[in-house]
Amino acid sequence: MEPNVYLYIAVVAGVTYLIRVLPLTLIRREIKNTFLRSFLYYVPYVTLAAMTFPAILQATDSVWSGLAALVVGVIVAWCSGNLFLVAASGCLVVFIVELLL
Amino acid sequence: MNTNRKQFARGLRVGVPISLGYLAVSFTLGITAKNAGLSAFQATLTSLLVNASAGQYAAFTAMAAQSGFLEIAILEAVTNARYILMSCSLSQKLPPKGKLWHRLVIGFNVNDELFGMAIAEPDKLNAWYYFGMMTVAMPGWALGTFLGTSVGNVLPANVVSALSVGLYGMFLAVIIPAAKKSKIILGVVAVSMAASFALDCIPLFAQVASGTRIILITVVIAAGAALLFPVKEEGEKEAEHGA
Repeated sequence: MEPNVYLYIAVVAGVTYLIRVLPLTLIRREIKNTFLRSFLYYVPYVTLAAMTFPAILQATDSVWSGLAALVVGVIVAWCSGNLFLVAASGCLVVFIVELLL
Repeated sequence: MNTNRKQFARGLRVGVPISLGYLAVSFTLGITAKNAGLSAFQATLTSLLVNASAGQYAAFTAMAAQSGFLEIAILEAVTNARYILMSCSLSQKLPPKGKLWHRLVIGFNVNDELFGMAIAEPDKLNAWYYFGMMTVAMPGWALGTFLGTSVGNVLPANVVSALSVGLYGMFLAVIIPAAKKSKIILGVVAVSMAASFALDCIPLFAQVASGTRIILITVVIAAGAALLFPVKEEGEKEAEHGA
């Protein structure tokens, strides 16, 4: 695969950039349609929620440590909302739970 | 100018925890790249140019399998399709009269975390705030990949396991505070997680690639929520601008 790796990288980078930049540059005006506006408003919450669960249960070595990270993450996010605090507390919980298991 | 500079500085600050989270996540990605046969330079270059976790993971796996270029292009389009939706959302968040090059630069790094921070802005998104976040976040992503490919095997397994959950913590930090403020979003988040869990369990859907499942869930639930709970004009000023 040696000679092709850079071509692979170029294809992957090109496709990814087009996917991101085309909607950004082609849709310049504000969308007036209420349905479309509402749809785009809900998109990030649905996507991020669906990507988090149940994937978080499979991300760690044990389902239980992943579940503990989810519960603690939700509680910390509910109380503080600090990005780093939420991420760090999740990692710490996984580490501790896996030590105990 | 002055406000742009302030926004850029604010972006730099917000970017620090994101960058640290990236460092951990891309570290595990680097290990994947190494297993796929890429050198540290090739893996780091990919991270600098692509900035997509699931997309890169899929790409490294396909490279190892020596897939065809068309196949890898389609695979990339599918695993990254959620960025189409995010970019559409962001296109509305940026000022309509903003400069084109702002959008061309932002398009280089639309991803879950920066998008989440951008959407959390109360008003229109200042492009310089986004540039600030990119300036700090992108080196973290590249450096993590580099470290993962070069020294990935040094870390004990339980540390790697703990770090791999960091990404989800960042997602929760975006959706949970919004769910706290709005009962509708709380419901949308709960239904989305339940649907995602259900599709993961149902044998018919479980075989569909996870990226495709995410797109399916996103389109159906966001459309349903938009029909049931249409969002009123966010600010009067936007409505007053008219056509």
